[in-house]
Amino acid sequence: MRAESRRAAMEHRGLGRPRLCWLLALLAALALRPVRASASPSADLSLWPMPVSVQTTPRVLLLSPDSFFFGHSSASKAGPSCTLLQEAFRRYYDYIFGFYKWHHGSADLRVGMELQQLQVSVVLEPECHAFPSISSDESYTLLVKGPVASITANRVWGVLRGLETFSQLIYQDSYGTFTVNESNIVDSPRFPHRGILIDTSRHFLPLKSIFKTLDAMAFNKFNVLHWHIVDDQSFPYQSVTFPGLSKNGSYSSSHVYTPNDVRMVIEYARLRGIRILPEFDTPGHTQSWGKGQKDLLTPCYNRKEPSGTFGPINPAWNTTYSFLSKLFKEISTVFPDEFIHLGGDEVDFDCWESNPEIQDFMRNRGFGKNFKKLESFYMHMVLDMISAMNKRSIVWQEVFDDESQTSSVMDKTGNIIMKWTLLILRVLRNRKNLLLVEKLVYGESMWMQLTSLQDYGLGQVLLVRDSGVTKASKT
Amino acid sequence: MAGAPLWFSLLLAAAFAGRATALWPWPQYIQSSEQRYTIFPHSFQFQYHASSAAQVGCSVLDEAFQRYRDLLFGAVSFHFPHPVEKRHASQDSLVILVVSPGCDQFPSLESVENYTLTVNDEQCFLLSETVWGALRGLETFSQLVWRSPEGTFYINKTEIEDFPRFPHRGLLLDTSRHYLPLASILDTLDVMAYNKFNVFHWHLVDDSSFPYESFTFPDLTKKGSYNPATHIYTAQDVKEVIEYARLRGIRVLAEFDTPGHTQSWGPGIPGLLTPCYSGSHPSGTFGPVNPVLNNTYEFMSTFFLEISSVFPDFYLHLGGDEVDFTCWKSNPDIQAFMKKKGFGEEFKKLESFYIQTLLDIVSAYGKGYVVWQEVFDNKVKVRADTIIQVWREEIPVKYMKEMELVTSAGFRALLSAPWYLNHISYGPDWKQIYTVEPLAFEGSPEQKALVIGGEACMWGEYVDSTNLVPRLWPRAGAVAERLWSNKMVTDLEFAYKRLAHFRCELLRRGVQAQPLSVGYCDVEFEQT
Repeated sequence: MRAESRRAAMEHRGLGRPRLCWLLALLAALALRPVRASASPSADLSLWPMPVSVQTTPRVLLLSPDSFFFGHSSASKAGPSCTLLQEAFRRYYDYIFGFYKWHHGSADLRVGMELQQLQVSVVLEPECHAFPSISSDESYTLLVKGPVASITANRVWGVLRGLETFSQLIYQDSYGTFTVNESNIVDSPRFPHRGILIDTSRHFLPLKSIFKTLDAMAFNKFNVLHWHIVDDQSFPYQSVTFPGLSKNGSYSSSHVYTPNDVRMVIEYARLRGIRILPEFDTPGHTQSWGKGQKDLLTPCYNRKEPSGTFGPINPAWNTTYSFLSKLFKEISTVFPDEFIHLGGDEVDFDCWESNPEIQDFMRNRGFGKNFKKLESFYMHMVLDMISAMNKRSIVWQEVFDDESQTSSVMDKTGNIIMKWTLLILRVLRNRKNLLLVEKLVYGESMWMQLTSLQDYGLGQVLLVRDSGVTKASKT
Repeated sequence: MAGAPLWFSLLLAAAFAGRATALWPWPQYIQSSEQRYTIFPHSFQFQYHASSAAQVGCSVLDEAFQRYRDLLFGAVSFHFPHPVEKRHASQDSLVILVVSPGCDQFPSLESVENYTLTVNDEQCFLLSETVWGALRGLETFSQLVWRSPEGTFYINKTEIEDFPRFPHRGLLLDTSRHYLPLASILDTLDVMAYNKFNVFHWHLVDDSSFPYESFTFPDLTKKGSYNPATHIYTAQDVKEVIEYARLRGIRVLAEFDTPGHTQSWGPGIPGLLTPCYSGSHPSGTFGPVNPVLNNTYEFMSTFFLEISSVFPDFYLHLGGDEVDFTCWKSNPDIQAFMKKKGFGEEFKKLESFYIQTLLDIVSAYGKGYVVWQEVFDNKVKVRADTIIQVWREEIPVKYMKEMELVTSAGFRALLSAPWYLNHISYGPDWKQIYTVEPLAFEGSPEQKALVIGGEACMWGEYVDSTNLVPRLWPRAGAVAERLWSNKMVTDLEFAYKRLAHFRCELLRRGVQAQPLSVGYCDVEFEQT
């Protein structure tokens, strides 16, 4: 006997011998309770995450694993050639009906309207063979009614989200019959970037783990896998341009991600509407890079002598930037997403400070003793590199924190930046929001929009879409 | 315990804690050298010495030989070695000599687990007093064998004399808050054996659910389990656990916790639990077992007769923890009883009354018992041979003080308070677990001898088969070593080296043990 029903039973016993007034009071209380649209106990809405709007009725529809199928509506802009959807249909059929097929009988004696099909209709250009992006439209409506249910979405991404929701609506009654309640769902995400970060440097994660994570992400409607792929401890990313990096930097030759592995992850994610955001964190967190790339990391000095240890990437050498340029060129080709995460966190200045070459460099550039300026110089070089490759960057907050203390703040649009920086600072003090930092590196048009939002008060979370449609929501 | 040779061996080991001596737990006495012998998996065998009291047919060891062959070499086929070719610098068998006969018994608190292991030019020999010691020795042997990068099996010249510091080295699993499938329990017993744990404290039932299938009171299970079709332990399941444990030298200490922690018993036995009162009316809720009714003791009598017959260990754990007095206080029958007995307002006396009666019932069945510390704290009159399990960190006193109090009163004690593995935190908490010293209190040697060991506890509020294994291992290993190894073995760096190596070995053996810190294992865990 389930724990919940036992408790319910006990509570019922607790009424003792109810007198009439007790009964009336109880009935009154029940009447006042807000009645959910779904009154039937088995249609316990266990949707996760909760859609924007859900309407269900007690009317049930039955599904037969033998005959139920997913299909494309005739009006849909997507059809059977859309592999992404075909794969999704297969996956969701398995999720719903299970991977085991029991011996099945013929006639179905149960009375009830059958749900024969779920039709998918993509309204706009589906983007079936494209990669998801920060501006992808994930909205959908799901109409569950007999005999044909439908998912309508602007793009395939919305269809994927809708299929997941649909799969969560189905349950088995106590006879094992697959059942779903008539429902009407309208849904779209509040935020366009919903990510999970995995760290494959401190511990290598086998591909299977990454795939399982992507599966579970899709169940939860997560849409970004932030792959913190390398760090101090190990460099498992096998670079074609610089094979020495993983050869010497990985834990072992079996603790690497080959180009094929990476391709598989990217495609596995794409089929689930998930972006892969790679992070190659520099200039700190790069100990493992030094194993495979000589003359990259800063040699630390003990007074006048090299101590034998190494610090962050050396920002004073030209070779540093030619190396990074070549590496990031490869990375920008391998990873199709528009964004690359450049890291920039926890840069320890001690080693830089000890190094005479860097001391000279600082002097020549007029940075004085302010190593944040050196860090800034380095980050700008890399940020420029990335935008020259038509990619956009994301960075950890130190890049912003340290930047705002220096006078030149990515000076591209003069006065406007300064005012806008002030606005961001104000908002940031209330919400340490990484998302806001990300917005920093959007294009100019974004900055213009942000300055016009100066009218909004404190505590605003700014949610801006690339397509130019501004959505600002109050926090 | 010889101090000087121990220090020497520790120093030696620390100097080159390489593959050859990455043992967990650390033996009492070990001497090892660089000299090594090859082992050929196809022809290596475990053999009984001619003078061994245990011979072929001794299930405990026959099964163990199979197990360790698989663990060491995988499923390789065995070929008898040609008698002509005596291979140079190799070991072709481990010879086992067990002195005392007795292969079909159950292990007990008094079991002797000593063994010596000698690997040198003349022999590869395991000597033990009992089959239980032989099991411990086999495990150590399996950890001594290592493989070169080319794949060759080696074992170094070694001499080991080993025995446990404490005789009771337990692990508690809670199958009431979450049902644990039989496989999870059996897998746990396997890993316990790798760590030389020797007591499985099975907290079978509690408030949340009653999965134990009782044949005298089937309604207990029918109405108390989460799902009587799927979330129960049948009599067959229980038998399987007990035998599986026996073959690994592990005792099963069953706990049926009363009078508190019994909500799930209520639906199956109407009238067993105390009806709580709200003013002069029953409130509808129930409290601990009702100590004033004769029926209660009739039930307990019959129930524990069953339990005594099902579980062969001499000891039963009777619980006795966290009895909430509010419900008892509210009940008029109990109030009347208290008055009649002259207990006044002291409900500890009522608790005492219940427990004493229960203990008498269980004693009559020829069983000994272990109880939680409240029974001692509340001054219940218990038999002198009762074992008190100390679990509370600071109440009524700090746990080390409690250990002192329990032992100075003449009772044997088990330590669990600092070893609640269900409490997790970020970072290497195995270090805190490892640095606990069970005898760090003021007392005479006789008093300290009353500490018979301890138990790592994995309570189940937030644990089920999805996360049991990584949460248990390798952290529980820290408890295992603390209870087996010499008191002096406390160096954290030395421990880390070996435990990290042991964790990788656990992965190789298919155990989903979580990492200790940043790093890697040659063969990572892959979910099948």
